[in-house]
Amino acid sequence: MDAVANPQLDQSLNAAAPAIVVKGLLKRYREVIAVDSVAFTVAQGSFTALLGGNGAGKTTTLAMLLGLVQPTAGSIIILGEDFRLHAKSLLARMNFQSPYADLPRRLTVRQNLTIYAHLYGVSHAQARIKELATDLDLALLLDRPLGELSAGQRTRAGLAKAFINTPKIVLLDEPTASLDPDTADWVRAFLARYAREVGATFLIASHNMLEVERLCDHVLMMRQGRIVDTGSPKSLIAKYGRTTLEDVFLEVARHGAREAAS
Amino acid sequence: MNVYASETLHRIGAVILRHWYLIAGSWPRFLDLCYWPMVQMILWGFIQTFLMRQSSFFAQAGGVLLGAVMLWDVLFRGQIGLAIAFFEEVYSRNLGHLLATPLRIGEYMAALMLVSLLRTVVGLFPATLFAIWFFGFSLYSLGLALAAFFFSLIAFGWSIGLFVSGLVMRYGLGAESLAWALIFALAPICGIYYPTTILPDWLQAVAAFLPASHIFNGMRAVLIDHTVRTDLLVYAMLLNILWLAAGVAGFLVFHRQARERGMLLQIGE
Repeated sequence: MDAVANPQLDQSLNAAAPAIVVKGLLKRYREVIAVDSVAFTVAQGSFTALLGGNGAGKTTTLAMLLGLVQPTAGSIIILGEDFRLHAKSLLARMNFQSPYADLPRRLTVRQNLTIYAHLYGVSHAQARIKELATDLDLALLLDRPLGELSAGQRTRAGLAKAFINTPKIVLLDEPTASLDPDTADWVRAFLARYAREVGATFLIASHNMLEVERLCDHVLMMRQGRIVDTGSPKSLIAKYGRTTLEDVFLEVARHGAREAAS
Repeated sequence: MNVYASETLHRIGAVILRHWYLIAGSWPRFLDLCYWPMVQMILWGFIQTFLMRQSSFFAQAGGVLLGAVMLWDVLFRGQIGLAIAFFEEVYSRNLGHLLATPLRIGEYMAALMLVSLLRTVVGLFPATLFAIWFFGFSLYSLGLALAAFFFSLIAFGWSIGLFVSGLVMRYGLGAESLAWALIFALAPICGIYYPTTILPDWLQAVAAFLPASHIFNGMRAVLIDHTVRTDLLVYAMLLNILWLAAGVAGFLVFHRQARERGMLLQIGE
C-alpha cells in the first residue's frame, strides 16, 4: 500500500493554522505524572501518530483532547478555539474510537449509529448510516446486535460511530488492533480516502509501526509521559540509523530518544 | 423554538431512544419492569384483605396498604430506574463515548430523569390496573393529589439516584450496591405503612426532612380522613427542591472528580 501523505496537500495544509495546538499539557495523578508538560501541534489535514509503549501517556493525552480527563495544567487549542471554553461545540466537529470505550452490545449496529447520529446532530442520519455501512462493509450487519459480531466487525462498527458526524478531527486509539491484515489494510484505505475527501485531521495512537509508516506523515514519540522525539517516519528512521520505525520505537522505548540527529 | 433548545431536546431524545431500544428490544427486560411491582401489589393486596377482615381500622381505611406499596414503588422505581439507566452505560463501557459527544452533563441528567419516568410508568401502570380488577382498589381514586404524590416521590427518587450514580462514576462499580441499599435505609423513616408519629422523637425530626414522609402522611389523610393536606404537599415540594439540588450538585461534583481521576474512559465491568 502506498503512503497516504500527499506532499502537495501537505504543503498547502501546513500553511494553514494547525488543527491542534497543545501547550504545557500536564496530567498528574497524585504522585504519578501520566503526561508531563507535553507540547505539540498537529497540522490540518495531517495524519499524526502518537507512538509509545504501554503507560507512555498516549491514551491520557487523547482523553484530555476529548475532555474525558481534566488536565492538571496546560492548554488545548483545537481548530483555533480554546477547548476549555468551547468543548461541546468542538466535540460536535470531533470524534474518536478507543478500545477503552464500547458501544452497547445489546443494541444493533443501526440503533447505535442512530443514537450517535442524534447526539451529534447529524441531519439525514439514515442516509449517513447507509453511506458508512457501504464504506465500512457493514451493510449486512446493520440490524444485528453488536454483541453477536466478531471483534473485527465490532471495530468496524466503532469506526462507523467515529465517522458518523463527518468529523474534522479524528482521534483513534489502536484503530486496527483487532482486525485481520486484509481488513486492516482496507480500513487504512478508508481513512486515507476520508482524509482526502473531508480534509480531516487524524491523531492516531498505535503500536502498529507498519501502519504508522504507511499512514502517518508525522510522528510524536512518547516515553514516560513526555514527547521525546518527533518527525516524519522516514526522518526518524534516518536519524536513528535504522531500517524500520519498529526498530526506532524499540530503541526509544528501551533507551530513550537520541539527543541530536546523527 | 430556538436552535439551542432544539439541539438540546434532540440530544436528550437520543439518550431516551437508547434506553427505549434496550427495553423495547427485550421482552425479559420489559417483563422485569412490570414483574416486581405486580408481585409487591399482590402480596400487600392479600395482606390488606386479611387485615380488613380482622380490624375495623383497615376495614374503614380500605386501600391504605395498597396505596402505600404502589406509591413506595414510585419512589423506589424512580430512584433505581435512574441509577440503572446510568449503570447501563457503565456496564457497556459506553460512558466515555457519550460524554465525548456534544451532550452536556445537564442534558444527560435530564435524560436520565426522563428515562426513569418512562421506566416507572411502564412498570407500575399494569400493577395499578391489576389492583382495580383484583382487589377493587384504584390508586386513581386519590384524584389530583395522586399527580402531586407521584411527582414528589419520583423527584425524591431522582435526587437519590443522581447521587448514587455520581458515586459509581467516581468510585466505580464497587459503589453499585449503594443504589439498592440507600433507598431501603430511608424506607423505615419515610412512614410508608405507618404514620411517622410512631417514630421516636429524634427519628421524627429526621423524617421531617424527607419529602416522602410528608407524601405518605398525605396519602393516609386522603384515604382515611378524605382530606387533601396541601400543607404536606407544599412542604414536600420545597424539600424536593433542596434534595434535587443536592442530587444534581453531587452528580456534578462526582463527575468533576471522575474527570480529574481519569475514570470516565476506563470505567466499566
